[in-house]
Amino acid sequence: MKRNGHSSNGGDVLKLTKADFSSDQETRWCPGCGDYAVLAAVQSFMPELGIPPDRIVFVTGIGCAGRFVYYMDTYGMHGIHGRAPALATGVASSRPDLSVWVVTGDGDALSIGGNHLIHALRRNVQLKILLFNNQIYGLTKGQYSPTSEEGKVTKSTPFGSQDHPFNPVSLALGAEATFVARTVDTDKPHMAETLRAAAAHDGAAFVEIYQNCNVFNDGAFDALRAKGQKELNQIRLEHGRAIRFGADGERGVARGPDGRLRLVDVADVGKDALLVHDAHRQEPSLAFELAHLSARPTGPTPIGVFRSVSRPVYGQELAVELEEARSKVGPEELEKVLHAGETWTVS
Amino acid sequence: MFDHSGTEARLGAASPVMEEKTVEKLDRVVVRFAGDSGDGMQLTGSRFTDATAVVGNDLATLPDFPAEIRAPAGTPHGVSAFQIHFASRDILTPGDSPNVLVAMNPAALITQVGSLDKGGTVIVNEDGFTDHNLRKAGYTTNPLEDGSLDDYQVFRVPMTSMTVRATEHIEGISSKDAARCKNLFALGLVSWMYGRPTEPSVHWIERKFADKPQLRDANLAAFRAGYNFGETAELLAVHYEVEPAPAPPGTYRNINGTQALACGLIAASVQSGLQLFYASYPITPASELLHALSRYRRLGVRTVQGEDEIAAANMSLGASFAGHLGVTATSGPGMDLKAETIGLAVALELPLVVIDVQRAGPSTGMPTKTEAADLLMALYGRHGESPLPVVAPRTPADCFDMAIEAARIAITHRTPVILLSDTFLANSSEPWRLPDVSSLPTIDPNFATDPSGFFPYARDEHLARPWAVPGTPGLRHRIGGLEKEDVTGNISYDPANHDHMTRLRAERVERVAVPDIEVDDPDGDASLLVVGWGSSYGAIQGAARRVRRERGVKVATAHIRHLYPLPGNTGEVLRSYERVLVPEMNLGQLVKVLRAEFLVDLESYTKIDGLPILTRDMMEQILTRVSSSNGGGR
Ligand code: SF4
Repeated sequence: MKRNGHSSNGGDVLKLTKADFSSDQETRWCPGCGDYAVLAAVQSFMPELGIPPDRIVFVTGIGCAGRFVYYMDTYGMHGIHGRAPALATGVASSRPDLSVWVVTGDGDALSIGGNHLIHALRRNVQLKILLFNNQIYGLTKGQYSPTSEEGKVTKSTPFGSQDHPFNPVSLALGAEATFVARTVDTDKPHMAETLRAAAAHDGAAFVEIYQNCNVFNDGAFDALRAKGQKELNQIRLEHGRAIRFGADGERGVARGPDGRLRLVDVADVGKDALLVHDAHRQEPSLAFELAHLSARPTGPTPIGVFRSVSRPVYGQELAVELEEARSKVGPEELEKVLHAGETWTVS
Repeated sequence: MFDHSGTEARLGAASPVMEEKTVEKLDRVVVRFAGDSGDGMQLTGSRFTDATAVVGNDLATLPDFPAEIRAPAGTPHGVSAFQIHFASRDILTPGDSPNVLVAMNPAALITQVGSLDKGGTVIVNEDGFTDHNLRKAGYTTNPLEDGSLDDYQVFRVPMTSMTVRATEHIEGISSKDAARCKNLFALGLVSWMYGRPTEPSVHWIERKFADKPQLRDANLAAFRAGYNFGETAELLAVHYEVEPAPAPPGTYRNINGTQALACGLIAASVQSGLQLFYASYPITPASELLHALSRYRRLGVRTVQGEDEIAAANMSLGASFAGHLGVTATSGPGMDLKAETIGLAVALELPLVVIDVQRAGPSTGMPTKTEAADLLMALYGRHGESPLPVVAPRTPADCFDMAIEAARIAITHRTPVILLSDTFLANSSEPWRLPDVSSLPTIDPNFATDPSGFFPYARDEHLARPWAVPGTPGLRHRIGGLEKEDVTGNISYDPANHDHMTRLRAERVERVAVPDIEVDDPDGDASLLVVGWGSSYGAIQGAARRVRRERGVKVATAHIRHLYPLPGNTGEVLRSYERVLVPEMNLGQLVKVLRAEFLVDLESYTKIDGLPILTRDMMEQILTRVSSSNGGGR
């Protein structure tokens, strides 16, 4: 068994194309849905992995994002609402030769499946988890979700939601995830870059994807998606680089006199005062601060890799050991197990 | 030297007088060891069991642990007991009521004495009967003095002080440590009373305390002191002999239902060549199985403690998808949570073994008490039409066979299978004749490998679909909980397809081949048939044998181990008896199923007190019916 299905094949380069990852199933999302862009980006990225589609498994839960699995020509499992990380843990921890991807949504991962998500992350299972955050329940036709903003008026909250929303990046960091990133559905190059980093990570990689639901929550991420706005608001985090943003990099992130991070004009503070991003810091407080730089994705908001650190991967080495042990077990060993403890013979 | 008063006696010290003691033969004995949970009663019981197995008696045991982890010492809540039934013939249950009670303190006496037969023997650790302990147990007067035990034969033995004295010579042993060895004194004494060999216990102590020589010596001294006390004390004039029970030749070990399930799952893994992937979440009493399996890494057994019951079920199902033998286990409340995953497994048509060690419900109920009230849930407790095979072992050792059977059905038929065990089976133990490994069934996972003509929902002769494991070249496919088109497995909302698929899923489970019910009707002319399932087997069978032997009553018995699909001859068997009685540890769940399936008139006997059905209960049920039918039919 080859360890870590996520690392590329090395020697013999596979000639794969996007078509090799596209199933024959007709896509059924609403026209204009952000999911199409994500699907195209993932299908286009997959050949880069150099892993044959036969060794790739997609696992999804319930919700619009759950349909993703049917459109990938890989192995796939469409599970129950919220349980994809647990199903995928069973696959990934027992088969280190596979590359296992989870596609989930904000309701699926953060509401009904919150427990499975945080435990997959803290265990550091070899999973790539793509969370399509559209801040709404789409498939059930428009109820507020755990990432909807306070005051959100929906069918189930005609007087406005009173729930404080989750910040998925912050939640993942709180769950001690070893890789946490964020990207935007329509930003193909950034998505590819983020997927590349996630795939290369050894362990659980959590990627929040801002995904527009044009039917029930259109424009939720315009600040980061729309032409004319995204140039001003996307704060791209790059490891080892000073954090700058704006059309000409005229703005940046720096630590204020009170010790807190704030948005600054580079001209005011000078570029040496800018914060240099460090995704590899073991202790997560910088990543947390960056996650909380913006309360909502309606203004300048960081995207990219917040955190990428290493920690032992859940169960993969064990799986190899166990498979080796099992393959050697025959009738004699079984006999020994059955005969354990005190035995006596009647003749 | 001794102050005899009635059947009670005060025994200060062992008498040096060596008199010939009388040996009486008995054909069966039930002994219950009871003490505070810190008194080591489980250990005493299991050592006595091993020595009894060596004698060659048939036996059955049942531990009874306190529900609280650290109940206050000396209180009735903290009493831990261990019962063993041993005999010179084949027996099937740990015994209804003890003949002998060993009570280490007043709490043990007050909680256990009620179950003792009148005229039974009580051996008390007299040193435990301090004013303080009497008060904690709830006694206002000392039962050893107030005549309340007049119906029993009581032996008062100062076990603690005699143990301390016996260990005095051992250096580095505090009197507190020494007093702790009093359970070994009790073991020695009872071993003498029933002629148990000392070697197994001595060897065990030597092994157990090999690197703690002082404790080893103290325990050995306590054990020997107890044994010698029996031999020398004048009062104990009689000791007993229980001859070996005739048993088929073979190698035996003593096993409880938990260990048997663990062995069965490992055997299924070996026999199928699949890695065992076992995920569960801590819950009483199923956790014991997680603990047991966790020790078998060297055999390639993977155990995972999930973040919750749902996760455990999903991880196992994910592992099944990936080509392993996925197993999850739980007890009552956990089954509620696993229902949606089991439903998914029904839709995915993947192997999954789900073990439910039933306990008293509803809700948290009585976690340490037994019940068999999850049958209807196992059969029907999921939304939609979601049929699956259900099996139930009938004895602790049968858990081994049924674990293999559950795995065989799951793997061969690509279906989740529920195995219903219960608290009683999990904890009680009996001798198990070890099977010849070469006689175990081979299970062929029959993985799909051929891409030509591959469809994920094509069917073989069992109507089972191909198990195409990720990583297999050319067999990429997607499966999910949405309704699938027949053969292709593509999502389908077509009405005719759903109707077809629903019937197909039902039929493929109905087609699972299960063995016929075997009826035990020695003369073939009984009018009453008793039909049971699960752990009531021992009581039903034991009662039938006794009423036949002792009263010449004719009664037939049958036990259903495959609850779905039911054995092919079930209807025929039910219809061929004038009266059919179905005893259950619930309010009549199997009886409901059988009535509905076969439109036959059945009688139900139900017992739902958290305790197993007793042989005595079953004898009474049989005798009322058989005598009333003698007196003019129904
Ligand atoms: S409801 Fe929203 S998220 Fe779902 S498919 Fe339609 S647009 Fe996409």
